[in-house]
Amino acid sequence: MPEIRVTPLGAGQDVGRSCILVSIAGKNVMLDCGMHMGFNDDRRFPDFSYITQNGRLTDFLDCVIISHFHLDHCGALPYFSEMVGYDGPIYMTHPTQAICPILLEDYRKIAVDKKGEANFFTSQMIKDCMKKVVAVHLHQTVQVDDELEIKAYYAGHVLGAAMFQIKVGSESVVYTGDYNMTPDRHLGAAWIDKCRPNLLITESTYATTIRDSKRCRERDFLKKVHETVERGGKVLIPVFALGRAQELCILLETFWERMNLKVPIYFSTGLTEKANHYYKLFITWTNQKIRKTFVQRNMFEFKHIKAFDRAFADNPGPMVVFATPGMLHAGQSLQIFRKWAGNEKNMGTVGHKILSGQRKLEMEGRQVLEVKMQVEYMSFSAHADAKGIMQLVGQAEPESVLLVHGEAKKMGFLRQKIEQELRVSCYMPANGETVTLPTSPSIPVGISLGLLKREMAQGLLPEAKKPRLLHGTLIMKDSNFRLVSSEQALKELGLAEHQLRFTCRVHLQDTRKEQEMALRVYSHLKRLLPTLRTQVPRCCWCPGPTRMRNWGASLPHCSRRVSPRPLSGHTTHPGLWLCLATVPTRTWALTSAL
Amino acid sequence: MAAHLKKRVYEEFTKVVQQQEEIATKKLRLTKPSKSAALHVDLCKAASPADALQYLLQFARKPVEAESVEGVVRILLEHYYKENDPSVRLKIASLLGLLSKTAGFSPDCIIDDAINILQNEKSHQVLAQLLDTLLAIGTKLAENQAIQTRLVEVACKHLTDTSHGVRNKCLQLLGNLGSLEKNVTKDAEGLTARDVQKIIGDYFSDQDPRVRTAAIKAMLQLHERGLKLHQTVYNQACKLLSDDYEQVRSAAVQLIWVVSQLYPESIVPIPSSNEEIRLVDDAFGKICHMVSDGSWVVRVQAAKLLGSMEQVSSHFLEQTLDKKLMSDLRRKRTAHERAKELYSSGEFSSGRKWGDDAPKEEIDTGAVNLIQSGACGAFVHGLEDEMYEVRIAAVEALCMLAQSSPSFAEKCLDFLVDMFNDEIEEVRLQSIHTMRKISNNITLREDQLDTVLAVLEDSSRDIREALHELLCCTNVSTKEGIHLALVELLKNLTKYPTDKDSIWKCLKFLGSRHPTLVLPLVPELLSTHPFFDTAEPDMDDPAYIAVLVLIFNAAKTCPTMPALFSDHTFRHYAYLRDSLSHLVPALRLPGRKLVSSAVSPNITPHEDPSQQFLQQSLERVYSLQHLDPQGAQELLEFTIRDLQRLGELQSELAGIADFSATYLRCQLLLIKALQEKLWNVAAPLYLKQSDLASAAAKQIMEETYKMEFMYSGVENKQVVIIHHMRLQAKALQLIVTARTTRGVDPLFGMCEKFLQEVDFFQRCFIADLPQLQDSFVDKLLDLMPRLMASKPAEVVKILQTMLRQSAFLHLPLPEQIHKASATIIEPAGESDNPLRFTSGLVVALDVDATLEHVQDPQSTVKVQILYPDGQAQMIHPKPADFRNPGLGRHRLITQVYLSHTAWTEPCQVEVRLLLAYNSNARIPKSSWIEGGEVSPQVETSIEGAIPFSKPVKVYIMPKPARR
Repeated sequence: MPEIRVTPLGAGQDVGRSCILVSIAGKNVMLDCGMHMGFNDDRRFPDFSYITQNGRLTDFLDCVIISHFHLDHCGALPYFSEMVGYDGPIYMTHPTQAICPILLEDYRKIAVDKKGEANFFTSQMIKDCMKKVVAVHLHQTVQVDDELEIKAYYAGHVLGAAMFQIKVGSESVVYTGDYNMTPDRHLGAAWIDKCRPNLLITESTYATTIRDSKRCRERDFLKKVHETVERGGKVLIPVFALGRAQELCILLETFWERMNLKVPIYFSTGLTEKANHYYKLFITWTNQKIRKTFVQRNMFEFKHIKAFDRAFADNPGPMVVFATPGMLHAGQSLQIFRKWAGNEKNMGTVGHKILSGQRKLEMEGRQVLEVKMQVEYMSFSAHADAKGIMQLVGQAEPESVLLVHGEAKKMGFLRQKIEQELRVSCYMPANGETVTLPTSPSIPVGISLGLLKREMAQGLLPEAKKPRLLHGTLIMKDSNFRLVSSEQALKELGLAEHQLRFTCRVHLQDTRKEQEMALRVYSHLKRLLPTLRTQVPRCCWCPGPTRMRNWGASLPHCSRRVSPRPLSGHTTHPGLWLCLATVPTRTWALTSAL
Repeated sequence: MAAHLKKRVYEEFTKVVQQQEEIATKKLRLTKPSKSAALHVDLCKAASPADALQYLLQFARKPVEAESVEGVVRILLEHYYKENDPSVRLKIASLLGLLSKTAGFSPDCIIDDAINILQNEKSHQVLAQLLDTLLAIGTKLAENQAIQTRLVEVACKHLTDTSHGVRNKCLQLLGNLGSLEKNVTKDAEGLTARDVQKIIGDYFSDQDPRVRTAAIKAMLQLHERGLKLHQTVYNQACKLLSDDYEQVRSAAVQLIWVVSQLYPESIVPIPSSNEEIRLVDDAFGKICHMVSDGSWVVRVQAAKLLGSMEQVSSHFLEQTLDKKLMSDLRRKRTAHERAKELYSSGEFSSGRKWGDDAPKEEIDTGAVNLIQSGACGAFVHGLEDEMYEVRIAAVEALCMLAQSSPSFAEKCLDFLVDMFNDEIEEVRLQSIHTMRKISNNITLREDQLDTVLAVLEDSSRDIREALHELLCCTNVSTKEGIHLALVELLKNLTKYPTDKDSIWKCLKFLGSRHPTLVLPLVPELLSTHPFFDTAEPDMDDPAYIAVLVLIFNAAKTCPTMPALFSDHTFRHYAYLRDSLSHLVPALRLPGRKLVSSAVSPNITPHEDPSQQFLQQSLERVYSLQHLDPQGAQELLEFTIRDLQRLGELQSELAGIADFSATYLRCQLLLIKALQEKLWNVAAPLYLKQSDLASAAAKQIMEETYKMEFMYSGVENKQVVIIHHMRLQAKALQLIVTARTTRGVDPLFGMCEKFLQEVDFFQRCFIADLPQLQDSFVDKLLDLMPRLMASKPAEVVKILQTMLRQSAFLHLPLPEQIHKASATIIEPAGESDNPLRFTSGLVVALDVDATLEHVQDPQSTVKVQILYPDGQAQMIHPKPADFRNPGLGRHRLITQVYLSHTAWTEPCQVEVRLLLAYNSNARIPKSSWIEGGEVSPQVETSIEGAIPFSKPVKVYIMPKPARR
């Protein structure tokens, strides 16, 4: 029995270190290779020893696919390819290929330089790893080998995020990675055609959420920033360098443009600048507005947003600063926060302790910082919500769904919904748990054009989607199948044609003349079975007991041709036996309907 | 009796002209056979199919006259039978279709041949093309029932073809020609009673998506032709909504919409439950579902159609705005919390507070439905769509639905307000317009107003002005709202001072709509103090004027308000009432008597005394004929004066009064110029009076052009009179020139030209000639043969007597006539600071003007710059610079580039607007000019231009370039 097996090594009922193994029709594919934010020990990377204890991974995996550049989807890649050992192809989209090494390098720096970890991958390893990458375009079908092919679809979420369809023969799996069904200020919405895969592996971060319109959020954000700036306050927006930051930049930039504002906006330098460069390049991956207007002006060439210098923080007057990191736990954002927190005119957006209502913070060196600034929390998340997930499932029409990248409890809810409302079986394996899906792959059979045309000519009803029966001979010859007409089959096999005759005896008690009787029976049958070619039965006198046969009930399947031939033979007997020969000429379907 | 004779004369006269036209067509007949013959020769000559194809392609470029079509068709058919190459046959088939469309040719003679060749054709492409030809023939012979049924027969026969192209065409044929009444000819021919709908319906499940689309389109075509579709189509179409191909889905959505409009009240069952709902509701739900389709084409289609489904039950309609069925919290909100409604959204993350997405209330997971059947959230999705086309369609649909349902309008407000922040300006503009259209049904809450007003800072002028228009007709609920609006508008004024007029106008309406809300704000707004006198504000401050406009308009319906005014306010009122009378209404102020108010407006037009006055004065003029020249002149002068004054007083009669006054002025000029005594002077003394006469002729010409092109609503009968007047002016000109010039040669040419003009006039206005009895032209045409033959000097003499004898034609007044006018708002012409620029380089001057009653301003309105050295420059504004804010009104916002060589000191240039005209464009195209050969330049060329705005002076100073 052919089957598809899926084993999540990470992201099974969990968020982080996405890594899913799929074996489909004898091919093994690894989807994503991420790290986990929450751990600093071995658990931060997927357990690759599950694949093989010893020996290189290349022998066990046909390819690796990376959906987008977030570290929880690609963070373990250098470790996996260089330290564990994998030399096969790694597929990702062009923007991912460009931005991924920047993030990996940043990650390495923090881990090694800041935290002082030993036995971590090196810069060289990142470079070597990236050499194994094969970049793909959207909707480009890439042949990994003779049988395995993959195809990328647009996923929104971040620049270059893609969903991948993995296909072997007629069996296919779609992996969504992270995706977003509502467009935002810089990216479009995820889209997939009706590819009807056997299995859809989808993220489920927001399995139990239906989000409100993003317009309110945007307007709210803009209004708050605008008000603060008009009051003369400073705005601190801690962000992660990539993804949302660009969205917010575009949002503020266009707003500034529209409203003719002159207040400076700064963006903390560093990796953002490099990333912004790529955003400018990959215009085709952005949303409609940016794509349409980039000829006049590339929206990522900001007019109002300038690079931030540490000294600017002390400048008087209003300003807006985007600073990394987003959680306000270290780095520039924290420094700026310290400077500005005392003034109630200012506004900042995140910080967990402050958000929970704490107004006095203990800093290093036992200083107590009193927070007088306004603090707001705004969520600009780019994952599909429950409705979005359902919408995608509806678009792709899979046979079954598998949920990853979410919390178990929330997944449970969504799973129940999917099974109920879409009537599609749904799975949610934990890490290391294997899901096996039996499939029934279709086997292609070649048919000769002559035969097809002949059969087409017989039935004229335009019922495209109904199965139709046709006569032919199936020839199986060294693992390929052909359907040919019987004559040709006979010719090919060098066999002579056999003729089978069906007879049927009916015992009639009648005193009329034989000929007259025969005609009556004939006309009766003609009326009953207008589609059959019926011959005038000749009467025959048969001895022996009556053998009645059921009409057409068991016509032998091997019969090739039944020639109508009158029966002969006369005996004189008081009882009259009629032998009738009827020939099915239309289709099997008709005969069996009798 | 005399009249009768006259009539006969005219009848004969028209006859003659018709004969002339026949002669013109006869001329063409001579060239006819050559074409088909040439084709025949070409086709015979053709050595290879490629050659033949070339000939055919060349042939197809030229039009064929109706008479020779049949001959050409025969030749083509003959060639068709012989031809083996399918591509040539294809071309011939397509040519047959083209030819059969020729006007004046009846294609029933080729139908047999066409059907005949169809039967023997093997190539699918040619078959499809032939069917297309049959379709062309069938549409041409739409009345012939027998042919229609025959063609339908043919189509049915070929429906089973294996090629999708042929099936497509067959379905198209069925859709266009299928008989509409199915029970008429049942007994006559059994076959004709075919149910076309059933046949087409069978192909809804064809294997080829193109054929499926064609089938749906054919069905829609049947509907368009007036056949009532069966309700069974609905279920078939619903199945197609989940088709794999977008064009099928898109067509299916249309079909569902059509059926839902046909059977809105039928009841259909809901699958998987026992309930039943109205068909229109079911269809609405289905179309709503398509708003989240995978293809944006379908989404646009669905969103557009939603707008026109007005019979939908209100609870279905309201679901379209409700995305969150999960949360009940939304409905529980009180009025106090309403202001916050936008931010908080139940238990889901609104992104405002940390952790507010923690569920506040356990919900029954079983009750939650994630893919809501039906209409839920359709608009929420549509408005958030990726493609702006979908968003615009959704906004439009919202607008249409909200106009028909006030409760829905109230509900969709939040969403529309949200759209004010869309990233694409078009969408923002559209949503503002939508809001304005539904503003009768809504009252803005304070928080909504806040969001609306925030957009006032938008840098796009269109957006701001649209918003001002919106505020003009918005209902505000609280006095804080009014205050907020005023504050924001003043902020807008300081940021964009050019919006001054628009903001004042906006405040005018805001004040007059909300008098009671303005009342409590008055002391604050005027900053009056109960005990102290406050400083008198600056009267030139636009912001102060804005506040006063608001207050005075509110005071109009609120008599207690003037009591709150301080002394200087009254003074300012008097000043503003005079200077900005269109913004400040007349007030009943204590201690002053009301300034004479205009005629009470509730008098209907036909009782209107001024209308009567107009009629009477015009009737008086008709007696002109019987007066001596002196009396006639006086009468005309008086009447013109009366009319002008009337036009000034009554704005609604201004157009008609001006129009008639202009006409009378022309007449007056003509009479003056023809004064007898002047003409009796000996030749050498002419100089002075001929000056007068030629000036008069010139002025009449100008005035007639103004009459013809500056008024909207001028009908043909007026145009005749105007042209007639112009003809007289030309005659006058001819006479004057004849008198003053020596030598015959130049005169000869002029005479010729004049006679041509007369001929032209006659050709153009042949139908209107009867109403020109006794007129100049009438007499002229009678004498035409004589004039043609005689010498110039004689012609002039005849003309002179005729001009003097000719009767005064009175001008029938059109129903609605408006004079085109323009006001230049910017440049204002007040600035004392010259616009400095380096000579030789250009400076951009912003021009902003409003145009009233200008038809097709894009092609007619020009900007003229007059430099002090007499140099004039005409600028053609881009079509995109014109906006159309209302019926008959246009707005021109453009930039004009100025340049000049260096001047020693600043000087003023004049900017004005011109109305370009071209009198040839009005004349119907002569039938004998072969179509397609008229060069398009003729239509766009400008014959002259009439200035129609007051010139504005701009102070400029080109500096010499520094070396």
